[in-house]
Order: sequence, then structure tokens, then C-alpha cells
Amino acid sequence: MKSQVKLDSKLQSKGLTFQDLILKLSHFWVKQGCVLQQPYDVEVGAGTMHPETFLRVLGPQPYRVAFVQPSRRPADGRYGENPNRLYKHSQFQVILKPSPVDVQEIYLQSLQAIGIDLKVHDVRFEEDNWESPTLGAWGIGWQVLLDGLEITQFTYFQQSGGIDLDPISVELTYGLERICSFLQGVESVYDMRWSADKTYGDIRLMEEQQFSEYSFDRSDAVALRTEFELHEKQAKELLEGYKAAEGADRSRYPLLAAYDHCLKCSHLFNLMDARGVISTTERAALMARVRSVACRTAANYLEQIGGPIVRREVRAEVRA
Amino acid sequence: MSAAAKKPAAKLGVGKSGAGKSASGKAAAEKRVELLFEIGCEEIPAGMLPKAEEELKANLVKLLTAENFVDGVAVETFSAPRRLVAWVRSLQAKQADVESEVTGPPKSVAYDAVGAPTRAALSFAEKHGLPLADIYTIQTPKGEYLAAKNIKRGRTAEQILNEILPRVIHDLTWPRSMTWTGLDGARFIRPIRWIVAILDGKPLKFSYGGVVAGTKTRGHRFLGSSDITVRDFTDYEKKLKANGVIVRPSLRAAKIESELAAHAKKSGLKIHEDAHLRRMVTYLNEFPSVIAGDFDPAFLALPDEILVTVMRDHQKYFALEKRNGELAPTFLAVINLAKDGKGVVRAGHERVLRARFADAQFFWHADQKCRLADYLPKLEKVTYESRLGSYLDKVERVRAIARWLAEDWSNRGIAQAHVLDADRAAELSKCDLATDMVRELTELQGIVGGLYARAQGEPDEVSDAVYDHYRPVGLEDPIPRNLTGCTVALADKLDSIVGCFAVGVIPTGSSDPYALRRAALGVVKIILERKLPLSLSLAVGAAAKALLTHKPKKSMTPEQETQVLDFLLDRAKFVFKEREGFAYDEVNAVFRAGGDDLVDAHKRLVALKAIRKSKNFEPLAVSFKRIRKILEKANFSGGDGEAGAPELFENDAERELHHAVRDAAKKVQADKIAGRYSEALETIAGLRKAIDRFFEEVMVMSEDIRVRNNRLTLLSEVLKEFTTVADFSEIAAEERRS
Repeated sequence: MKSQVKLDSKLQSKGLTFQDLILKLSHFWVKQGCVLQQPYDVEVGAGTMHPETFLRVLGPQPYRVAFVQPSRRPADGRYGENPNRLYKHSQFQVILKPSPVDVQEIYLQSLQAIGIDLKVHDVRFEEDNWESPTLGAWGIGWQVLLDGLEITQFTYFQQSGGIDLDPISVELTYGLERICSFLQGVESVYDMRWSADKTYGDIRLMEEQQFSEYSFDRSDAVALRTEFELHEKQAKELLEGYKAAEGADRSRYPLLAAYDHCLKCSHLFNLMDARGVISTTERAALMARVRSVACRTAANYLEQIGGPIVRREVRAEVRA
Repeated sequence: MSAAAKKPAAKLGVGKSGAGKSASGKAAAEKRVELLFEIGCEEIPAGMLPKAEEELKANLVKLLTAENFVDGVAVETFSAPRRLVAWVRSLQAKQADVESEVTGPPKSVAYDAVGAPTRAALSFAEKHGLPLADIYTIQTPKGEYLAAKNIKRGRTAEQILNEILPRVIHDLTWPRSMTWTGLDGARFIRPIRWIVAILDGKPLKFSYGGVVAGTKTRGHRFLGSSDITVRDFTDYEKKLKANGVIVRPSLRAAKIESELAAHAKKSGLKIHEDAHLRRMVTYLNEFPSVIAGDFDPAFLALPDEILVTVMRDHQKYFALEKRNGELAPTFLAVINLAKDGKGVVRAGHERVLRARFADAQFFWHADQKCRLADYLPKLEKVTYESRLGSYLDKVERVRAIARWLAEDWSNRGIAQAHVLDADRAAELSKCDLATDMVRELTELQGIVGGLYARAQGEPDEVSDAVYDHYRPVGLEDPIPRNLTGCTVALADKLDSIVGCFAVGVIPTGSSDPYALRRAALGVVKIILERKLPLSLSLAVGAAAKALLTHKPKKSMTPEQETQVLDFLLDRAKFVFKEREGFAYDEVNAVFRAGGDDLVDAHKRLVALKAIRKSKNFEPLAVSFKRIRKILEKANFSGGDGEAGAPELFENDAERELHHAVRDAAKKVQADKIAGRYSEALETIAGLRKAIDRFFEEVMVMSEDIRVRNNRLTLLSEVLKEFTTVADFSEIAAEERRS
């Protein structure tokens, strides 16, 4: 027990701050040819829902992107009282399309880049397939464990929006709070240093308290339901409109807006779930409604990008 | 040039030294070579490796057999997370040449009068690509004919393996495969990144999934090189060991075993045994090492079940026990490294476990801020089956069935049966499904409820019943400890079976999503082991009634109830045959006489099995079969109930049987009511003499319809009275029984 206490205190003085961790990862992946994107500005439950993942993995065009995505999961809120569970946590999301043959090695280099010595830690890939029933998306892969701690979800995407993917993209999702707490050796996420002089708690505790309170106790269930219906209605109307659009109207038709409404539905569903107002039979039905909109959006989007992408690829080849 | 000159050569192929130059190809076929084959992969799920090893071996043997190339070959397969390996020894370097003799035209046509070859002879030689000098003659029953040796050259091992190894990979089956290069690409469990295929020191030439086979393998991710050239299996195994990979699972298991034992010995503790976990860690690591870690003894205030589950299922740690069986605040983890010199890995694992235990501790207290029963309304939001409603609905049905069962037993004088206990335990049985603890540790359903119930002061009878009610999970799993637990377990399982059958979820083949077969086996096992007096048909009726009077208020047709009953009886028959060792005809005979009360059926089976060995028995069984046939043939439905009018008997044999039946029937009735089945069967067996005499002396099918009917009535009475313990006509004669 003694040696353990000593180690902890030693670790405490070390480790990257939260913001340095993000900077290091960003820098690493930019050097790997990724576009450094920004978080999506609609509430999402995971980085996968960012259009830069959900839509970009569709179609043949190669793409590499990295971004931080704050992810809201209302039911996981703990009023800021649990040291590991959060209403909103941050994912560092990387998409590599197509998946390179040495993707595992590149990923491991990224761990070295954030100061993890692979020779002294036990890093392993343990089976963990991923599925998002509301997005009609799934993939095959692992959770990456660092000395028994799950730090990354590593997935070879097989389907998105119900569409078989070709080529296959790799999605890497780093759990930033976990990794940073580990690197700093702190027991509570709120004690983690965000910057040299501010902790995670200084910056986020109030938000955790208030949004937990809102999601569990104060959200207006009737209003949430109405909003859900409204967003679903708009998404569906937009998708209907796309059918009739032609020519130039078709190529600039706002399918992306339909997708935003779909994301809203998903978040509203999560809020209703946390509020405990979704009944047995309704649960599966509501999820199916969100999935239906997501899948239709994906299919239409794929059709919409079909033309321009082929041209762009041809141009790239000519230049090369 | 003659036939005689050619023949010895054909034999040389199987000879050794004297083969000479002319048969060098055949001598080469005797050389035995070895293959090293490795499929290098990204981490394959540990649970799938043992089966993949077996399948790799089976595929190799199957495809080598198809090539007639498997004689004397030894195939061994191994695996580690990043590789599937086959070591094939004693392969022939080359398939044997297949020599055959082809017959040509008759000699008389092939040679002219002066012995010169004709056109027919020339074209025969040309057709087989041989000089005329190699053509010879043979004697056939039809006369002398031209003949030639046709040799089909065997292919080399290299040619064969280049062809079959890609298929060996392709034919491996996985629960859920993936593609990594796109829809037209290969499918496998995880991406294949390298292939080693070396035959007799030389690389084979094939590719699979865009990967070209070669001589280079990769070591441990962090302990070895990723660029290792190997020659053969021995070289491969040695170099991998030096690069941090133990290829043989048996050696990894042995390393884990000895290190676990050493740690346990050092600390004076005992490993909390877990065969499944040992297997798992063997296949999770390429270079397993065991390290020890500690946790805060304060966590020992949590129940052992929770601590062990967190350590085993979530972290894959071995728990340790003191001599007295109490858990010790320490654990053993298997890591994929040679050592943890600085204690960094240990510190990491301790930290993760601390967080996990802190979560569990939080749930333990938070869940109990309200009482277990307060979770009941929340079950409304937990679906059981869409058409059967929520778990709240299920609980209401289970309560009704449990009450019915307890009341039935209480009425029969079983002292431990308490309706109120059964109802309370059933009410609490599913509450833990709404707790955070079970949401987090789903494998602890039931157990957590039982622990909370006990901590909250429910009587042991109730808390143990909640704890145990998912039992038995398999035939080896024990039944619930007390009668209330058995009652709730039966009620829960009966409700699942009846409900699912009512909405058409009936197990077929390998599809049994609600594990109804297991539930039915559980019902049978509980009834038999606890020796519970229970009418299955009434119990199914009670469950059907619960389904009708409680949500979803579905009614069952009589056919559906029969279907459920048959389903349960099938499981019971299975248990009697496969587990209790009764012969199939004994089981059929007893169930034909009635299988509604399984404990009673079991008693009758025991009595039947015992009497079967006696001398009167099998002839009697033959007679019963004869009686059944006569009655069926005469289309006799059983007379008017008045068995045997004495005035219509024509001879003594009839009267004797009539009397014997009357006497025996009284005794059998009394014995049966008292459950003395051996005595009852003895009495029935004693009828053999009278029945034999009857058949020797009496013509049943008399001309006189009244006499005939009287005799048929007598026989039908024999069947009716004496097949209620077991229907002997189902018993197969000794020589036909299997």
C-alpha cells in the first residue's frame, strides 16, 4: 500500500494538462494528414454523430479528420458528485478513410506522443464491437485498455445509416477525461488540471450540477415530446422535399439541415429517457423513428454527393 | 521391348534402394517435408481462439484429404491473440505418380503379316505421346492386345499448398466477420496483416486478402521485433519466444498457473478458482505474467459476490481468499508483459479497481436509499417481451403462480410452504433490475436483490429465495436452497414458457431467444430434486390463468396448453433418459400411464426398472402388447363397463383370468394409492400364468357376438386396470431394446 501512495503522488506532479493533451493529440493527427475540425454545434451523444463522421464515412472519397467532440449523455449525469461519471464528457475523435494497414501502429504512436511509455505499461486490444441503433451504424473492433483502464474505442466501421461502407473507415475515440486523469494520477475528474492554474472542476463542475438537475428533475417532459415531434416533422418534410428537387436545386438541397433535426431528435430522446418518461413499448419505437430519419438522410446524402466526388477524384489524379 | 521388361519398374516405386535412375520421381515422393503456416492478425477475440485452432486443423486435414495427401501427416495448431499457427509435419514432397495401363487395338490389327506395325499401332502410340518402342502387348480374355503405360504425374506439395492454404483461411468460420479493405475484399474476424507459409525451408507463393505469404513474422507488440525472418517451426517458436511471444497456449497456461501459485504461496492465500478466467487470460496474452495488487480493506464491507464479479468479469483479475474462505484485500492480474519492474502497471490496475469498487460502493448505498420494494413501479419501464409487457406485468403473474403453488403444497400438508413468503419473494424477485448495481453488473441479477433484501431485514426464507430464483441456470447448477426459492423459480420459469408459447415464441432448432428449454429443464430439475408433488397440467393451467387475469390478459387455447405440457414432458423424458439412465421404453411405458406428476413418474420408473429383470416380466409385456393389438383390431372401445358376465364364460381359463383380475385389481389399487409401486407391479406380473393360459385355451373372436364381446371386455379391463403404473405394451423385448 505504501509504495502505491508514493507512486500516486509522483504521478500527480506529472502528466499533461487537459488542454495540452488535446493539443498533443491534435498536433499528432494533423501530422498524419488529418483535417483538424471543430466540435459540432448541435448537442450529440458521441463524436460518431458529428457529420464529419456519420456522413463522411459514406461514399468513396478518402478523408482524414480529427476533432474534439463534447458529448452529452443526460442519463450519465451525477450532479457532479461521482468522480468518474459525467453528463458531458469529451471525446477526441479521429476518422481515417480508408483504414491504413498500419493503423494500430499509428494509434500506438499517438499514445507515445502523449507521454505513455509502451514498454512499461500494459496496453492491449480487447474485443468490443460498437453499435449505434439510433444511427443504423455498427463496426468491429476493440476497446483499448491501458493497465486495465479503457482509454479508446477502436472501430472498423462496417455500416453507417444502414449503408454498407466501401472503403472501410477506422474510427478512434479517445476518452479524454479518463486518459488525462490517468496521466495526472488523480482520483477524481474534477481534480484534474485543465490548465496550469485551473482544474476541470473549476471549469465544469457547475455545468455538471445544473445539467444533471435539469435532465433528471426540471426538464419539461411535455415540451420535450413536442419538440421531438416538431424536429422529426421538419426532418421528414426536408427529406420529402429532396425527392422532388431537381438539377442545381438537388445538389444544394439542405439534407444537412435534415440531419441536424435528426440529431435534435436523438438528444431529445436522451433527455426524455433521463427524465424517465419513456414507457416500455415506446422506447424501441422512438429509437426506430430516429433511425429511420438517420438512414434516409444517409441514403439521400450518398446520392447527392455521388457526382461531385467522382470529379474531384479525377482532378486529384490529373494533378498528381 | 516386351511387357515382361516393363513390369518390374512399376514395382520399384514402392521399393527403397533399388529404384534406380528410371524411377527417381517416385523415390522423391518418399521424402517427407514440413510446413509452417501462420495467419498474422490484429487482435482476435480471446474467446474465439480455441475453436479457431480446432477449425484450422480440421480445414487442413479436410483439404489435404481431398488431395489424397494426408497419409502419415501430423497437424498441430496453436494460437495467440495476433496469430493462428499450423505446424504440419511428414508431408510428402510430391503426390505419388498414378500409373495406369491403357489398352489399344488387338495385336492382329496392329501388326501386319510380316510383323510390321500398321496405321492402328502408330496412331495408338501417337495418342499417348510414346515412341512405338514403349508400346507392348498384353494377354486378355479376348486375345492379345497392344498396351501402354500412362503416368499421371503427381503434383508437388508446393503446388497443392499454394492452392489449398488460401482456402483454409477462407473456410474458417467466425461469429461475426468484417471487411477492412471494402466490400469486395476478404472477410475475417479481424484484419489479416501478414502470412507466413514455409514449406521445407522455402516460402510458398500465394496471397490472401491482399497479403502476400512470406517468411517474416512479427513478435510481441512491445517486447519484440516486428520483422523476424524464420525458417521452420522450430526456428519460429524459438525466435518468437525471444521476441516475447509464447506460441503454445499450453505453455502460456502453465506459466500463468505457476506464477499464480507462487503469488498465492507467498501471501499465504488461496486463489478463488475460476476455470473460465484461466482460459480467458491464456488467450488474451502473448506473454502472460502475473502481478499482484492490493485494494483498500474498507471495500471488503461490500458482499463477496459483488467484489468477485467486478474483479473477474470486468477486470479479469483473480480474487484471493484467506484459509477461512473470506476474501483478502488483494488480487492477481495477468498482464501481457515480461515484468512490471517499476510497479507502474500495478498502480494503474489498483487505481482502476479502486474506481470500480467506489462505483459499486456508491450503488450499494444509493440503491438502498429506498427499499427494494420501492423499485417495483420502475419495472414498468423495463420490457420483458413486447407482447408480454414489462417486468412489472411479469412480476404480477409470477406472484399469482407462486401463491397458487404454495397454497397447493400447504393444502397437501407441506409444512414449509408459506403463501405469504412466496408472494413476498415473487414481489421482490425482479426489483433489482431497476437498481444501478444490476444495470452495471447485469450478471448479478437476483443475487443483488437477495443481498439488498437481506440487508433490509427480510427473513432469510424470502431473501434467499430472491437470491436463488434464477437457478438452476444449467443442469449442473444447484436448485434454490429453500422451498420458497423453488416456488418462485418455478413460477418465474412457468410464466416465461407459458407466456412465450402464448405469443408464438416457441424454440425451434438453435433459436431459443428466451432460453425456454433451459427454463423447462429448470422446472423438471427443481420438481425432481425437491420431490415436489405437483400436477404439471394444473401448474400450466395456473400459469395460463395468470396470463389471462393479469396483463397482458391473453388467453391460451387448449391446444397451446397441451403444447406447453408436451414441451415440459419432453424435457422430463430427456432428464430421465440422459441423466437418470432409464431406458427409452421404460420412460415411454411410465409416461403413457401418466407423467403429470414427475415425482410419482420417477417412483414408478424405479419400480419398473427393478421388476423388469424378473422372469415373468417380459413375457407379460408381450401379452399386453397382444391384448392391445386384439382390441385395436376388433375396434373394441371398452364394452359397457360391466366387466365379464360370469354366465357368458365358456371355459375355466376365462373364469380363472376373471377371478385373478378381480383379486389383483383390488390389491393393485390399494398399493398404488399407497405409492407401493413395486408391490403393485409384482401383483400384475403374477397375472402372467392366468393370461398365458387364457391365450392358450381361449379363442377370443368367438362366433357368438355376446361371448366375443364379453371376452373383449375382460381383456380391456386387464389393460385398463393394469397399465396405470406403467403401460407394459410399450416395453420392447430384450433383444430389440437399445
